[in-house]
Amino acid sequence: MDYYLGIDIGSVSSDFVLIDDEHNVISKLYLKTQGQPIKAIKDGLRLLRDEMPEEADITGVGSTGSGRDLAGVMVGADIVKNEITAHAVATLEKVSDVSTILEIGGQDSKIIIIRDGIVTDFAMNTVCAAGTGSFLDRQAARLDVPIEQFGEMALRSTTKVRIAGRCAVFAESDMIHKQQMGYEPEDIINGLCEALVRNYLNNVGKGKEILPKVVFQGGVAANVGIKHAFEEALKCDVYVPEHHEVMGAIGAAILAQEEAERKGYTDFRGFDLVDMDFKTKSFDCDGCANQCEVVQIMADKQVVARWGDRCGKWHNALLKRQRRDKDKAMA
Amino acid sequence: MKVTFPHIGNTYIGVKAVFDALGVEVVVPPLCTSRTLELGTRYAPEMACLPLKVTLGNYIESIERGADTIAITGSCGPCRFGYYGVVQQEILNDLGYDAEILILDPPQDGDFKPLFSRLAKLGGPNVTAGKAIKAGYLGFKIIKEADELDRMILKVRPREIDKGQTDAIWGKYRADVIKAFGPYEILKVIRRAKDEVRAIKIDKTFQPLKIGLVGEIYTLIEPFVNLNVEQKLGNLGVEVNRSIDLSGWVIDNIFLGLLGLSSEKRIKKAAKPYLDLCVGGHGRECIGNTVLYSRKGYDGVIQLMPFGCMPEIVAETILPQVSKDENIPVMTLILDEMTGEAGYQTRLEAFVDLLKRKREKERAKKHYGLLLGH
Repeated sequence: MDYYLGIDIGSVSSDFVLIDDEHNVISKLYLKTQGQPIKAIKDGLRLLRDEMPEEADITGVGSTGSGRDLAGVMVGADIVKNEITAHAVATLEKVSDVSTILEIGGQDSKIIIIRDGIVTDFAMNTVCAAGTGSFLDRQAARLDVPIEQFGEMALRSTTKVRIAGRCAVFAESDMIHKQQMGYEPEDIINGLCEALVRNYLNNVGKGKEILPKVVFQGGVAANVGIKHAFEEALKCDVYVPEHHEVMGAIGAAILAQEEAERKGYTDFRGFDLVDMDFKTKSFDCDGCANQCEVVQIMADKQVVARWGDRCGKWHNALLKRQRRDKDKAMA
Repeated sequence: MKVTFPHIGNTYIGVKAVFDALGVEVVVPPLCTSRTLELGTRYAPEMACLPLKVTLGNYIESIERGADTIAITGSCGPCRFGYYGVVQQEILNDLGYDAEILILDPPQDGDFKPLFSRLAKLGGPNVTAGKAIKAGYLGFKIIKEADELDRMILKVRPREIDKGQTDAIWGKYRADVIKAFGPYEILKVIRRAKDEVRAIKIDKTFQPLKIGLVGEIYTLIEPFVNLNVEQKLGNLGVEVNRSIDLSGWVIDNIFLGLLGLSSEKRIKKAAKPYLDLCVGGHGRECIGNTVLYSRKGYDGVIQLMPFGCMPEIVAETILPQVSKDENIPVMTLILDEMTGEAGYQTRLEAFVDLLKRKREKERAKKHYGLLLGH
């Protein structure tokens, strides 16, 4: 069987998805990145390898997320794609009549506007984390409520509590103030969900035409309280797809399939890479006044990628060498 | 006297040539680096806009290299730029530096005397009017040629066959030009780079996407501040056009402006249905240029601005309507102290993907229409 692997390395979670050639999800993993993407990528692949059926064969790999370049180099990705496009590709595949995608992840949130099957506009949060998952995580910890129960509790709220949502710091002090006035935790949590939604719509969704069908995805889409708050604010149904938390990875896998079929082969390093030693090193280039910090990715002491040189001197030299080696290997 | 000035794009190349020609000792501030930003943000008020901070960093790095006089332009428009010189002078004084900032702003009341006396102070006793005009002419010619080189690079980069050649030439040119002395040597470096760019083999059949850059002039022109947006887009296979460059600004504001002929009229006319008054900075130009880019057949427009820039915020809220009316996708990028480029790169890549799909779709539609005989 031919399988395609999609990897989404975000700041908070690292997601892995295996799909077959008809884009059915065969297995998925949702791990915490914990600031160590190299470790997360290796752990993810190790778990996938153990889960994979015997006859399965990885014939294409794609990476996305803020760690996509690193992941791409480590696994030998056929395509490295930004998360906006990856999310849109996956959602269009699973919900073909989508017009608006709301995506809320750990550190960032985005809105993608789709008309007639193509992306026509998008935005990502810029300066504030109040509309993201890590903000909810933190408040859940404060209230000593497991984040998984957050949404259910919000739905049990009976009294409206307005919490300022413009800024994470304001929201927190506002919330404490409301708690001290004696509101029930359910009401406070519901107020937080509404504040997050309000902030998202004012900030990320500013100036965008939000039309149904609205699809809500990303880790936070598991929270029924937020989903409900979106439905209230937008006055329409909000649809959460089955694999909402790994949509970026699914998109990367679909794109990997397209690319691998076009090329006729895959660059996937194979699962042996989990035993390789990956390290990031850097040096300051003194070639000119820019003094770029050049980052090098080492795999078992061999340089496999270079970034950060503005003039391209270092990474182009490496690309040239890699191309030459590849030609030699082919000949 | 040792003169210095702030970095903004190619300015240093022309300004250095002028002072070299006049025999005035000049300290070119080191090209902006994270240290420049670090110094600027440490000593500037937190809520000041980014250009104030970065230029303050330039001054301090120049003072460390012996500069005692800082020449800057001024403005009496409604944007905060008009206060830069005065505020920065206070900050430098508080830090214990005795460098003097000379603000060269056009007179508001028609009295040119203060401006001329400041210019005379910069030139010193040996500079005659004739010498100054000749040096000014050479300086302008150099900036014009440097801008031409930039535009050539923007066209060649997406089309080059061997990827990375343009960047290599650009990197070497930037290192060489800052070391050259006097107008003629500087011109030689620029022309050599032009020849090298011309020699790059390009794919003539490739039709790159075209993106116009609009927004606040400093973030548009200074590559350190806009995180090399032109280079990033070029390497994504996009031909970039910058709506404002230095030589264009000089022509419009100094030469043609005096004659009332500037191209600003065309831009103002294009902006008129949306914004019919000056909101400071380049807010109105931002709107007008977006309209003009759409009419010239560009695929998309990117607006650049420093965080909190009032004129550009006004423009930003109007742009969605322009985008809709003119059928051209527009993305706004806000620049601030962050030097982490991952989020920035993500937005650029996603925007390019969006434009690619839009073009494919429109072409398919056209093709289909032809098939049906429309």
